[in-house]
Amino acid sequence: MTRGAGGTGSRRSDTGPGRREEGAERRRGGDPDGDPVRHPMDVDALLDDPATRVIVCCGSGGVGKTTTAAALGLRAAERGRRAVVLTIDPARRLAQSMGLAELDNTPREVPGVDPAAGGRLDAMMLDMKRTFDEVIELHAAPEKAAQILANPFYQALSSSFAGTQEYMAMEKLGQLRAMADAGPSTSTGTGTGTGASMTPGTSTGAWDLIVVDTPPSRSALDFLDAPKRLGSFLDGRLIKLLSMPARAGQKAYLKVVSAAVTGTTTALSKVVGGQTLREVQAFVAALDTVFGGFRQRAERTYELLQAPGTAFLVVAAPEPDALREASYFVERLAADRMPLAGLVLNRVEVTPVEGLSAERALVAAEELDEAGGHELTAGLLRVHADRTRRRERERTLTAGFTHAHPEIPLVRVAARAEDVHDLPGLRAVGADLAKS
Amino acid sequence: MPGRHDSDWDGVRLHVVTGKGGTGKTTIAAALAVALATGGHRVLLAEVEGRAGIAPLFGVPLAPHAEGHVAVAPGGGEVLALSVEPEAALLEYLELFYRLGRAGRALERLGAIDFVTTVAPGLRDVLLIGKVYEAVRRRVDGRRVYDAVVLDAPPTGRITRFLNVNREVAGLARVGPIHHHASSIMQLLRSPETAVHLVTVLEEMPVQETVDGVGELRAAGLPVGGVVVNLVRDPVLAAAELDAAADGLLDREAVAAGLETAGLGGRRVEDAGLPARVRVQTLADGLLVEAAEHGVRLRLGDRQFRRVEELGRPTYQVPALPCGIDLGALYELAERLRDQGLA
Ligand SMILES: Nc1ncnc2c1ncn2[C@@H]1O[C@H](COP(=O)(O)OP(=O)(O)OP(=O)(O)O)[C@@H](O)[C@H]1O
Ligand SMILES: Nc1ncnc2c1ncn2[C@@H]1O[C@H](COP(=O)(O)OP(=O)(O)OP(=O)(O)O)[C@@H](O)[C@H]1O
Ligand SMILES: [Mg+2]
Ligand SMILES: [Mg+2]
Repeated sequence: MTRGAGGTGSRRSDTGPGRREEGAERRRGGDPDGDPVRHPMDVDALLDDPATRVIVCCGSGGVGKTTTAAALGLRAAERGRRAVVLTIDPARRLAQSMGLAELDNTPREVPGVDPAAGGRLDAMMLDMKRTFDEVIELHAAPEKAAQILANPFYQALSSSFAGTQEYMAMEKLGQLRAMADAGPSTSTGTGTGTGASMTPGTSTGAWDLIVVDTPPSRSALDFLDAPKRLGSFLDGRLIKLLSMPARAGQKAYLKVVSAAVTGTTTALSKVVGGQTLREVQAFVAALDTVFGGFRQRAERTYELLQAPGTAFLVVAAPEPDALREASYFVERLAADRMPLAGLVLNRVEVTPVEGLSAERALVAAEELDEAGGHELTAGLLRVHADRTRRRERERTLTAGFTHAHPEIPLVRVAARAEDVHDLPGLRAVGADLAKS
Repeated sequence: MPGRHDSDWDGVRLHVVTGKGGTGKTTIAAALAVALATGGHRVLLAEVEGRAGIAPLFGVPLAPHAEGHVAVAPGGGEVLALSVEPEAALLEYLELFYRLGRAGRALERLGAIDFVTTVAPGLRDVLLIGKVYEAVRRRVDGRRVYDAVVLDAPPTGRITRFLNVNREVAGLARVGPIHHHASSIMQLLRSPETAVHLVTVLEEMPVQETVDGVGELRAAGLPVGGVVVNLVRDPVLAAAELDAAADGLLDREAVAAGLETAGLGGRRVEDAGLPARVRVQTLADGLLVEAAEHGVRLRLGDRQFRRVEELGRPTYQVPALPCGIDLGALYELAERLRDQGLA
């Protein structure tokens, strides 16, 4: 026990207050860990309900959104749904085990899914740039599209603008939804050349459930806000202004635009360089003639999220930052009338040993040290004490959330010793999700 | 307290701290700033992502884009913090290079500042780093204002691009004062006065990002610093026991005997109706499951640690503090970093 001797001892007592909860509520919950779950979430009911068409997993960075989305998709499929999961930047090994070797923006059937219940699982990885390209290709005449795709400003925007990934996730969701509604026999809704000649193993719809992962934003709110931000930017005043000369011709431009605006454009060109400014103007002009209303587009997908049949799951880790983010997000969903199914508390410390407190374990370990001859048992008791302390701290933190949002259904997923990188791992996470 | 102290990074004046999101960049950057200030130095801790993450860490209010005192360090040192705002930095720039007072504000009204700082890739980064560069180089009466600057930087996935502003900016401003300025920044960033440290935890994805990040930094000619392994778990058990635990080979009878000696497995274990002997066995089984998981986690962690070591960079280890990060914890982490030579 090297750490006990360090300077951390005094802070450990901070976990005290939270423990008051335990005794009174321990017997109530159905959680394997005996932890109180005031309002358990029935994940299987959600997955089995044919009215559930879209499940969106959001949360702050690294909490387990991708894992949860994949686990839900797999569980749904093995319970008979025809599901597709849209993943974003999955861990390499997980992607491989789901048959997602290539980032090709095409849903493919996941091998190894149990078909006994009549379901299937398709999965795809979002390629942000390609999705953007497809939108352009779909709406522009080939020549115009080529012009836009080659524009350096477009290239920067489509690969690095903060919010593009969120926008494209929404865009892709809209496409998948359209494909799902159209059924299996029609061609894909993307309208691209590749769509028409799909390679074997790719899937073309007929899904009755779409599970959506969200980008690794630092804030869960980004998923709701970023698409609008990009939409407003592309529809915004500045872009309109910049597109004026190209649209109206130089003369009209000079007439319409005031000296202040000219000054502005000049200043802008000084800062970003005349070349860049011309590229932006060319891009905006090209874009304008092929399809207006980025903002409208974003709003339409947004409405899809409010529609019946959509369920949001907020994923959080039992850590202060992640829970704070989850709180913000839950409040935002309510304010935006988005249907929240519940909170997934992922990577929760659980222990098979009930009723042995950290304090008692440590006292016993010290006694054994003094008595001698039982180093192994003393070590195991210390392992147990560490884990129990961690669990107590997590419970205190979680209690903060559940007190603030007592009505929100909650489910806990145990922290596994290994990361989740294959179907058995996903099944185990799925079983935890359904356990409440 | 001052006296001589050996650091692996003597001569470094700009410490850039990156890592995968959520691995502890801000925490480690803050602890490093305290560590560098120890012994009477003056250190600036800068953040550039508009997160306002530093002020709450030190529990002090901090105005945006202003350098403010956040902590004292042992031996009379001082840490100041700055949250760099690209908009403010751009207006400073316009003033400095173009004397664009009014037009600058007109740009702001039109959302042009937003445009420049969010869309024109690279330019935003030039502005952010430009401010940091200015702080590193700033002198008053011929004396340096800061002995060191610590940058809580963007995550690994974006760091090379962020620091490599020169290439990014070339297409935007090919000549003129901004171009010239970007070149001086690049000179600092590639010099031995800069070190880019990477924070990671011992899990697959963060370590993979660290490995990729080091490769990218090297390819771009940026000076890779140390790797800080954060949230290291206390092994608790001896190495041989850990291995046996992970393989499920620990001696169950020995554990049960120990529990009996300690008087455990009696009253407090759940199946109170069972004979004491059975209860002891149940408790022993539970502890063995816990130990097995503990062993597996550490073993996986060891595997990742070896990947970190293979990078051939100085490596520093920081434990997971059981009660999270408060001011006291920052000082504790600072001391550990100093003891290991990061500062
Ligand atoms: N319950 C769990 N037990 C153990 N490891 C887990 C668990 N859930 C997720 N992980 C692991 O944590 C890591 C991060 O998970 P994941 O990729 O799902 O997070 P994310 O929220 O999608 O992250 P990002 O924001 O970066 O997209 C992965 O390596 C995953 O295997
Ligand atoms: N050594 C540690 N012991 C305990 N908790 C820690 C430690 N290091 C970091 N943390 C906690 O982990 C969380 C993430 O840390 P931090 O905010 O420093 O990460 P980050 O890399 O800056 O994240 P982001 O990518 O969101 O900026 C915080 O809640 C922090 O308190
Ligand atoms: Mg993810
Ligand atoms: Mg941070």
